[in-house]
Amino acid sequence: MSQGVGVVGLYVRDQEEALQFYVGKLGFRVHTDAKNGDYRWLTVQHPEQPSFQLGLYAPGPPMLDAATAQTLREIVAKGAMPPLVLVVDDCRETYKRLHARGVEFTQEPVDRYGSVDASFRDPSGNGWKMIEARGAQ
Amino acid sequence: MNAPPSQDPDLLRRLLRAKDRMDAASHEEWPVARLARVSRVSAAHFARSFKDAFGLPPHRYLLTRRIERAKSLLRDTDLPITDIAFQTGWNSLGTFGRTFRDVTGESPGDLRMREKAAKHALENVPHCYVSAAYRPNLNIAVSEKRRQEEDGKNEATKKEVP
Repeated sequence: MSQGVGVVGLYVRDQEEALQFYVGKLGFRVHTDAKNGDYRWLTVQHPEQPSFQLGLYAPGPPMLDAATAQTLREIVAKGAMPPLVLVVDDCRETYKRLHARGVEFTQEPVDRYGSVDASFRDPSGNGWKMIEARGAQ
Repeated sequence: MNAPPSQDPDLLRRLLRAKDRMDAASHEEWPVARLARVSRVSAAHFARSFKDAFGLPPHRYLLTRRIERAKSLLRDTDLPITDIAFQTGWNSLGTFGRTFRDVTGESPGDLRMREKAAKHALENVPHCYVSAAYRPNLNIAVSEKRRQEEDGKNEATKKEVP
């Protein structure tokens, strides 16, 4: 695939903490980690999805003024950012593994609509729905 | 209404945890002291901060979640209404029916009949977003809503008098 969405980013409260979470707990890999002064361009990738990068950005200068950055930090911490979906082969197994690693689940796996889903949040407050791919098992 | 004050993101993250816990177990009792412990703040501070953060007091938020869950059980299952009332956290069928009607404008039985008549094509939307779409928009207290409706009825009665 040569065309399509390449990067979608999240705002996180602390990029180092987010890195520990997405790489250390969820098992993503670092794609790019480039610092320029205070600015840090950080993206991670799902190991099975090489064409897509998830950006982990801290709201702040030089992109944003202090007041806007503060508003964004509040919005993220309230869990008001858009929904995210992680597709997995086995929701219950992944739940067990991630839960043991200290991932904050907000909903345990539930069977419904012919699939299984659970919910978790990253340390910043971004909410993920974890859904078992239909027909995966 | 004034814009809520700017809040500490770390506090907001902890308030979100209390909100998440209510979401996960809305049938349970959630007195302010219990929620405050989840958020690691004092009870007095919790109620005020929660309202500033999420736009409504914690008990009213819980009510919207219970009603939302009751609506989805009415729609998606054939459980008796009494069972739904108890499963969603009410102690009596009467309180459930009255609150449900006050919030949604129709009785649980009427909503069930109407929803079953209309088929929904929501299979492709992840569950939580479907349920969010069914969450009642409870921007005033139930008692206030009741009072306004009473006033409305009185108005209508007055107008009918020539």
